[in-house]
Amino acid sequence: MEKFTRLTAAACPLDAANLNTDQILPARYLKWPRSAGLGKVLFQDLRFDPEGRERADFPLNKPAWREARIIVGGRNFGCGSSREAAVYALYDYGVRCVIAPSFGDIFFGNSIQNGLLPAIVEDKTAAEIIATLQSASDLPVTVDLEQQTILCGNRSYTFEIDPSCRLRLLNGWDDIALTESFRDMIAAFKKEDATRRPWVKPVLTG
Amino acid sequence: MAQKQTLFDKLWSAHAIARREDGESLLWVDRHYVHEGSFHAFGKVAERHVAVAEPDLTFAVADHYVPTRGPRKNIANPEIARMVRQLEDNTAIHHIRLFGLGDPRQGIVHVVGPEQGLTLPGLLIVCGDSHTSTHGALGAYAFGIGASEVAHVLMTQTIWQRKPKRMRITVGGQVTPGVAAKDIVLAIIAKITADGATGHAIEFAGSAIGALSIEGRLTLCNMSIEAGARCGMIAPDAKTFEYIRGRPFAPKGAAFDQAAETWSKLMSDDGAEFDREVQLDGGEITPIVTWGTSPQHASPVAASVPDPEKEPDPARANDLRDALNYMGLCAGTKLTDIPIDRVFIGSCTNARIEDLRAAAAVLAGRVSKVPGLVSPGSSAVKRQAEQEGLDRIFREAGLEWGESGCSMCVGINGDIVAPGERCASTTNRNFRGRQGPGARTHLMSPAMVAAAAVTGHLADVRPLLAGRKP
Repeated sequence: MEKFTRLTAAACPLDAANLNTDQILPARYLKWPRSAGLGKVLFQDLRFDPEGRERADFPLNKPAWREARIIVGGRNFGCGSSREAAVYALYDYGVRCVIAPSFGDIFFGNSIQNGLLPAIVEDKTAAEIIATLQSASDLPVTVDLEQQTILCGNRSYTFEIDPSCRLRLLNGWDDIALTESFRDMIAAFKKEDATRRPWVKPVLTG
Repeated sequence: MAQKQTLFDKLWSAHAIARREDGESLLWVDRHYVHEGSFHAFGKVAERHVAVAEPDLTFAVADHYVPTRGPRKNIANPEIARMVRQLEDNTAIHHIRLFGLGDPRQGIVHVVGPEQGLTLPGLLIVCGDSHTSTHGALGAYAFGIGASEVAHVLMTQTIWQRKPKRMRITVGGQVTPGVAAKDIVLAIIAKITADGATGHAIEFAGSAIGALSIEGRLTLCNMSIEAGARCGMIAPDAKTFEYIRGRPFAPKGAAFDQAAETWSKLMSDDGAEFDREVQLDGGEITPIVTWGTSPQHASPVAASVPDPEKEPDPARANDLRDALNYMGLCAGTKLTDIPIDRVFIGSCTNARIEDLRAAAAVLAGRVSKVPGLVSPGSSAVKRQAEQEGLDRIFREAGLEWGESGCSMCVGINGDIVAPGERCASTTNRNFRGRQGPGARTHLMSPAMVAAAAVTGHLADVRPLLAGRKP
């Protein structure tokens, strides 16, 4: 997994609450393998009309934000379906950080697993950054994970991130490798648990 | 004296293998359910050339992509056929039991787990699907995970978690006739909002919850995720134990008795503390429908479409305007004046036998004014419904009687609502485009969908139940 330390890039405001994973990646693309290029169908139904023409009013279609690597969203960003492909679509489009007041729980976890930084800010911070970008779309935003700061114009903000998630992103760590070091404890738990809760084992003759 | 624990605390500690200094714990997984959509995860396992750690604790079901209205033997769409075949191949390679197409136990994973006796109280259950919260209805700690985590569970049978906060939602009193579990959960989400339970494990409690059947509890816990919760759960009781007894994979004989004794201790201790408490009066809940594009956009059916101009918060006013614009609704319109184009009865939320009975009770002897599809929650539910003659009631009402799968809830098998069409649906998400691009979804209980079908518009089911056994 690619590390995330610091990023300065165009940031696209998406001023909507509850922007769910069905919007980020519509279900009809879930059967695509990642190699098919999920980035090109990111926000498909918000970016394009049914005939496939770009919707001019969708922020990601505006010249300044077409290559945005940061998205600034509203509350509960990524709620809904657990589809990790929504994170693949963002990542493969080029997005490395989403700034929002809160995130869907599963989306948050999926982001950490894929090197995408979900930065939690206060409601008023998100609103302020969105307003700043809407009036100065060319303004780059800097997100510094080591310092946990966001720089937008002449304003600096802090963001929240769980310390273990922060470490994972900074180091590009992978859970599987980490869990490997707990192998003995897992085996011991399994053995002890089989005595403690024998009824857990499914009756495979059923 | 030992510290007083909540139900969630007890489930958590029973599965904790190790705790890291940063506060994350490694938890043991008792059941892992997979489906066609788990292919990314199997791909990750293949990349590492490892075997699935506990194939006997892993169960696969074909549900997301399976056809629910066309032929199931030779799937016409090659992409969908490939998805179903891929699951067959992956489960065969790793010796995972599959309830595939043609298996009498096939159905929607969250219906099949409890039905087969795989879901039990006290278990930790994960699945790469957000509605895994459903299984909490039996007193399990169950939650949805993403593909990387699915791969991790396949390889290690464990998962890293930070302990969520604990929230208790107490629904006191008793609901009145015509009010279903779906109405309770929509009332809760309307009250606490779609991210009101983010970072929390919900325990549902109170007399109105205790009075729910197990199937009603499954509906309730199913939609915990729509309030943003990590999981939802209900302490198991005598009703739970009776539901489980005799199911195919459940413990039998002495093993059952031993299990039931353990399960009977799975409840929050008196005086255990929750991080947040929410209370509702069950007696005040009336039949509810959604009118917007988030499950929190829900109101009693007697209400009107809200007016964004009366919303003081500008962000929320914008959200409302967008939602009404997408839904093609005007502020102030009475909800019962909203005409519908079709109905859908199905999904992991509301397609169990009691749901089908509730809809059939309204539809019996009546005709639907709009087309619609009924997709039973599992193949077993389908057989049961046919034995009871429910399929005949649906067909005589003019509805299509389909096969079991996720179907028109998510539309990935091709069963979609046409652009601009308005669908009264027993499903869980009224998101933009959820049932197909441009589709407009109104969520409600199965009986309320039946009421919408026979009147052709959103309607209060209660007058239609007069003189009938609901």
